[in-house]
Amino acid sequence: MHATSHAFKANAREALADTQLQRALSGLPGGLVAQRTAARARLPEFEDLRDVGADIRNHTLDHLDLYLEAYEKAATAAGARVHWARTGDEANGIILDICRAAGARLVTKGKSMVSEEIGLNGALIAGGLEVVETDLGEYILQIRDEAPSHIVAPVIHLTQEQVEADFRRTHTHLPHGRRLDAPVELVDEARGILRQKFVSADVGITGANFLVAETGSSIIVTNEGNGDLTQSLAKTHIVITSIDKVVPTLEDVSVLLRLLARSATGQDITTYTTFSTGPRRQGDPDGPAAYHVVLVDNGRTDLYASNMREVLRCIRCAACMNHCPVYNAVGGHAYGWVYPGPIGAVLTPGLIGVKAAASLPNASTFCGKCEAVCPMKIPLPKLMRQWREAEFEAGQPPLLTRAALAAWGALARRPNLYHMVMRASAPLLKAWSRGSGSIASLPLAAGWTRHRDLPAPQGQTFQQLWRATRNSAAK
Amino acid sequence: MTNRSDILGKIKASRGQTDEAARVRAVAARLALPPRQPAVARVGAAGTNLRAVFEAEATRNLATVMATATADDIPPAIASYLRQHNQPPGLRHGADPLLSAIDWTSAPGLAIAQGAADPADTAGLSVAAAGVAETGTLVLASGADNPVTLGFLPETHIVVLRAADIVATYEDAYDRIRARLGPAQMPRTLNLISGPSRTADIGGRIVIGAHGPRRMAVLILDS
Repeated sequence: MHATSHAFKANAREALADTQLQRALSGLPGGLVAQRTAARARLPEFEDLRDVGADIRNHTLDHLDLYLEAYEKAATAAGARVHWARTGDEANGIILDICRAAGARLVTKGKSMVSEEIGLNGALIAGGLEVVETDLGEYILQIRDEAPSHIVAPVIHLTQEQVEADFRRTHTHLPHGRRLDAPVELVDEARGILRQKFVSADVGITGANFLVAETGSSIIVTNEGNGDLTQSLAKTHIVITSIDKVVPTLEDVSVLLRLLARSATGQDITTYTTFSTGPRRQGDPDGPAAYHVVLVDNGRTDLYASNMREVLRCIRCAACMNHCPVYNAVGGHAYGWVYPGPIGAVLTPGLIGVKAAASLPNASTFCGKCEAVCPMKIPLPKLMRQWREAEFEAGQPPLLTRAALAAWGALARRPNLYHMVMRASAPLLKAWSRGSGSIASLPLAAGWTRHRDLPAPQGQTFQQLWRATRNSAAK
Repeated sequence: MTNRSDILGKIKASRGQTDEAARVRAVAARLALPPRQPAVARVGAAGTNLRAVFEAEATRNLATVMATATADDIPPAIASYLRQHNQPPGLRHGADPLLSAIDWTSAPGLAIAQGAADPADTAGLSVAAAGVAETGTLVLASGADNPVTLGFLPETHIVVLRAADIVATYEDAYDRIRARLGPAQMPRTLNLISGPSRTADIGGRIVIGAHGPRRMAVLILDS
């Protein structure tokens, strides 16, 4: 996927001015936040399970090579063909070869963020295949030629009216005057169209939420059932996933499943959780005759080797973006690549390079909500700070920023000088506010004051107030 | 195989000096004897009525819960359910011995077919391997007995669940699969199903019947 992460600031400005987008974002992801809170209230163990879940992921990462080998062994024993791809291009090549060997023309596809990351659809279409996304949200994106703006709710940036317009524009074989003004009518229309694709597809591609080393199974978690139709009706089932998805045992997966849906949509469990192990067995009347798993690295081993390894605990629930004030304001597209929100701010620099994604770890107030809700307790603000350091060391920030930071550093390291400057500036800023308590414009701080007032100091520093309080208490 | 050895080699290299034998032992031990968390309180307390919890949670998932005393009562119960929902009187099921032994003539007019689902089928009937009380979830194992497509192509999915197969947690259900197929073995497809198909992709509003069944019923069989 073509990245525009370098242009985050411009993207964000555009998003803030986009009234359609702001309308779509107004109810959501706030609704998802409320649903998560309710689900958490119904499971008193939730907070303890977060610790257990993080431990499971840490243990798995500590033994990642061994669990991948164990997974491969078990999957192969069940009849799976396991493929390894270092890069997205390698993965696309492997999948295109499988499709060609199967004589495929039509490929149906379940939702997969890894496939977005590597641009799989484009590669298959360039290879002469018809590719149809079957998750409703992804289908809408495909007919709009757009990227997802959220990792769980891919069309959260669209209003119902926009979807109606897209369906009328695309489904021209259907009666012109048909009713399409309720969500159920839109869903039914897509259902009818995609049914035809499911039953005539040659290859079905899905992602995987988890891989189980114990049994060699891949797992998908969905609500629509499109992934199941995709993988059980086509002759060939291909799973495209990344090496960080492996989990040791069915018991370990159970813990993560208890956390995943509750964190994502506030459901106790998604409608469908499907374990696939090998191709159809002797005597099976349905299911795919061939089953391939493509394990993609695409930058994960670099993250693994770096001080960012903790990000690989992520189970892609999207709680971090649902709770993020920045994501809620600008939506997912402003982040300019596949993964938006706080998780995107940490993953994207790792996967496309810190130079191309330098703005993302800076697009945070460090309010800490993402870490507070992350089911895997990933210290997202800490990791963003590490990216900022990496960016600074690589010489990315403009000279003015570097000079300002150096000046601030010099000041902060000299307490006496610091207190002197603060004692001098607090009354100055108070005077500048002309007693109003807030500052509407300030030289050198136009970036702040253009959109909001700066609260004015009340004339004394904290240290001065503290000393005064202590003195009066001592009397 | 260079891709594979590159990826695994990079992981091993970034681990630095480690006690390899200890790592191998840790992995083998966990795979042989998976550590298990205590059951969540909802189903973990002694004396919990698992069937009652299952029924309540399945209902929350928007499944219809029905009960019959014996297998002989299944045909009339299904016929009446289909009638209530204005569905054609027909269904398809697999070779599951429980279903194959049923005398369907006790529900006259109910057309019965057997095998994998056809796109024209209106209702599918399966037997669950287990029911998980924790979240009202049905566990279905694919195969000739219960073809996987029966639960996804037809607009109605009806699942028979023996009361004795209701367990507390997902882990308990996996134990049943392990007992049936052997340790670390799985059917081609193991489906955990919690209600009818749904989507909230358009405007965040939940619509039932996205791609899979528009309605789902659980028939709990007492004996």
